[in-house]
Amino acid sequence: MPTTLENRASALLEVRGLTKLFGTLKACDGIDLTIGRGEIHALLGENGAGKSTFVKMLFGALEPAAGTIRWKGEEVSITSPGEARRLGIGMVFQHFSLFDALTAAENIMLSLDDSAPPGAVAARARELSQAYGLPLDPHAHVGDLSVGERQRIEIIRTLLQNPDLVILDEPTSVLTPQEADRLFKTLETLKAEGRSILYISHRLEEVKRICDKATVLRQGRVVAHCDPGQETAASLARMMVGDEVQPVVREKPGPAGETLLEVRGLSRKAAHPFAVTLHDISLAVQAGEVLGIAGVAGNGQSEFFEAVSGEVLQERADTVRIRGRDAGRLDISGRRLMGAAFVPEERLGHAAAPAMTLSQNLLLSRYRTDARAFLSRFGFIRTPALAAAARRIVAAMDVRKSGEDPEANALSGGNLQKFVIGRELDRAPMVMVVNQPTWGVDAGAAARIRQALIDLAKAGSAVLVISQDLDELFEICDAIAVMHHGRLSAPMPIAQATYEKVGLLMGGAAPEAASEPVLEAV
Amino acid sequence: MRIELVKRPQQSALFSILSPFLALALTLAAGAVMFFLLGKNPVTALYYFFVDPLLEVWSLHELAVKAAPLILIAVGLSVCFLSKNWNIGAEGQFIIGAVAGSILPVVFPGLQSWIVLPLMLLMGIAGGAAYAAIPAVLKARFNTNEILTSLMLVYVAQLFLDWLVRGPWRNPEGFNFPETRNFHAYAVLPEILPASGRAHWGFVFAMVAALVLWFVLSRTLKGFEVKVIGQSPRAGRFAGFSSGRMVIFAFLVSGALAGLAGISEVSGAIGQLRPSISPGYGFTAIIVAFLGRLNPLGIIAAGLVLALSYLGGEAAQISIGVSDKVARAFQGMLLFFVLACDTLIHYRIRLVRTARMDAKGAQAGHA
Repeated sequence: MPTTLENRASALLEVRGLTKLFGTLKACDGIDLTIGRGEIHALLGENGAGKSTFVKMLFGALEPAAGTIRWKGEEVSITSPGEARRLGIGMVFQHFSLFDALTAAENIMLSLDDSAPPGAVAARARELSQAYGLPLDPHAHVGDLSVGERQRIEIIRTLLQNPDLVILDEPTSVLTPQEADRLFKTLETLKAEGRSILYISHRLEEVKRICDKATVLRQGRVVAHCDPGQETAASLARMMVGDEVQPVVREKPGPAGETLLEVRGLSRKAAHPFAVTLHDISLAVQAGEVLGIAGVAGNGQSEFFEAVSGEVLQERADTVRIRGRDAGRLDISGRRLMGAAFVPEERLGHAAAPAMTLSQNLLLSRYRTDARAFLSRFGFIRTPALAAAARRIVAAMDVRKSGEDPEANALSGGNLQKFVIGRELDRAPMVMVVNQPTWGVDAGAAARIRQALIDLAKAGSAVLVISQDLDELFEICDAIAVMHHGRLSAPMPIAQATYEKVGLLMGGAAPEAASEPVLEAV
Repeated sequence: MRIELVKRPQQSALFSILSPFLALALTLAAGAVMFFLLGKNPVTALYYFFVDPLLEVWSLHELAVKAAPLILIAVGLSVCFLSKNWNIGAEGQFIIGAVAGSILPVVFPGLQSWIVLPLMLLMGIAGGAAYAAIPAVLKARFNTNEILTSLMLVYVAQLFLDWLVRGPWRNPEGFNFPETRNFHAYAVLPEILPASGRAHWGFVFAMVAALVLWFVLSRTLKGFEVKVIGQSPRAGRFAGFSSGRMVIFAFLVSGALAGLAGISEVSGAIGQLRPSISPGYGFTAIIVAFLGRLNPLGIIAAGLVLALSYLGGEAAQISIGVSDKVARAFQGMLLFFVLACDTLIHYRIRLVRTARMDAKGAQAGHA
């Protein structure tokens, strides 16, 4: 048919029937997708829908079991990332593949096929970073950089290849709204140059705003090709999940309750060259309240979390107070015994030991608080009790897994996160501190986690949420404070907070309305 | 055609069990080649090496004598290695345990009572633990590399023992031989079945230690702590476990067991201190620990296998006239193959034809 031929001629990438099997599981099942030149194409889907598998096949990291890929009208087989780059396909991964001990420029060089001198690479990188509005010091060590800056390295090193198609995996999850806007401008520039973009995101508003077309995957299959401009966020979510996503319900904040978590004048010197120094951080979270801490990654959130959780002790006992009692000199177990619970940012390797089973990982954070349930005399582990509790959490949080008690690293990110959060919620803690509760988690799981945090506060607990995701904070918080360069702004009640105000604070601007100067000019 | 290692989503339970046997089989095959290259008949040589020592009762006793220190040391090392503390100095802890335990019979030979033997054992345990505490404290306090410090302390211990038996502890009635006086009857660890052979109570200690540690590691919070800190130190810190205290704990446990092995060997098998009291038990135990998958029950089996390699070396020297260094070669190959086969637990091997993906076939199927 002539129309088909015409389409083929104009399409940059045409994928037909792409299939990938893992054992008996069809991770991708006959996926069709067409991307035109100068098109921003969204790829939507829940975790485990097959998005990553699909793009890995496009990028040559996985070999398809069946199907064809046509690139600029020619049938191609992409056998390696090098081959993909040669064709003109670049990819920015969600989880960066950078060496901490090398500089940005050295990391960029590693991905180049020709051996350009380091100076030239650095110069090119600097040039590109200015042209596309992605500020970056090519000589900075990656270990010193924030997540947002690391992402810029990934983007710049992709752009250095001069690609026709750029695949971006959840790029805005680490950016401030202003930075995201800048990225969107970058994307528009790329589009105007005739490049195409395959944009993976779970932020539906964003997809509606910048994407020309969308392909929605569910359980390895295409459920829809659509024009996101014509859809609503709700209809897109429905396609992804196959069901209505329960909107998060938040009631009006009640009268302020008793202060359950208090931090007074917390300062902490950077423990190593890559860490952030904390300056005089104070906050208080009342019973029934969800307080959010916004901020771009790498502004001291991890250091703050370590201090509050007790992984690092404070000098003064009254720097951190839990339920009205000094906790600054207690370790994390001591603080848990006072009724606090903690969920760190990294799921694998921090919140959970990767090669241990779910029930063992349950013991990890609860062997002290639930010693009576999980341990008998002399520290013998009561395996049946643990297994029962793990089953309870799996059911309560709808954790999808294979096998009765799989290892943590066998779960998808979203499901492990549901388990890690459920592990703490199962204790009904009076104080809950969560760092990045839904990073890289799909819409359905994220909604569930957010609702659970709101419900916990409603039941009378104090919840402190550290997040880079402003949508999330606006959805669940009663007040939002912003962390920047190790300092924390005064909390803004949600009624007065706007994306713009919070975004400016995240970028380091002093708030107009702030009564005292909370941010230094850096 | 290329060979790819593909990461398994879960550890393979099958290969966790199979890997040591695969390693043994590969070692035997490589050993056969080695004997062939030495100009010996591989079948006969392997028979004398691995089968012949198992055919006589006295020889089985010798097996127990050699296995006892290997198992005792290796179960202690399993605690270290599981928590990623690389104690390479068990040989030194073995020697210091032997020296500390020998103080009573050598320096105070007049003290003759049933209390002497228990005290010797306790002093041996304390000596080994104290010697292991040196690299442990250095690591916990100053972050030194425990591989280097513990290994270097082995040479210190060997030279210290050498100096003792040639100098202050030399037997005054010993015609200037570099030996201490023979232990008196109260200081000798008794044989289990004196009628049939030399196996002493050290073997019983080894079995008890292995069972107790197996229980601790697999069933208790302490064992959980050891494994969490070893696998994921950050998760361990989140759990509230202290990796600094774990360094001390692991070294003290393994040092104590190495010390017990040392005094048991001197008191049960040798009966006096000499310049050399170990054919490298402390190092061979590292192989035992890994061959036994760092599981104390597996270590019992692995200890018997490695003990057999010592006996086989002696037997092969007598019956087919090869150097007993062959035993060392076998032990080395075994460790090599064990570590190589362990790869299969986490990875599977895939042969990839470099041919392009079968696009035509796929297209045909699609059409």
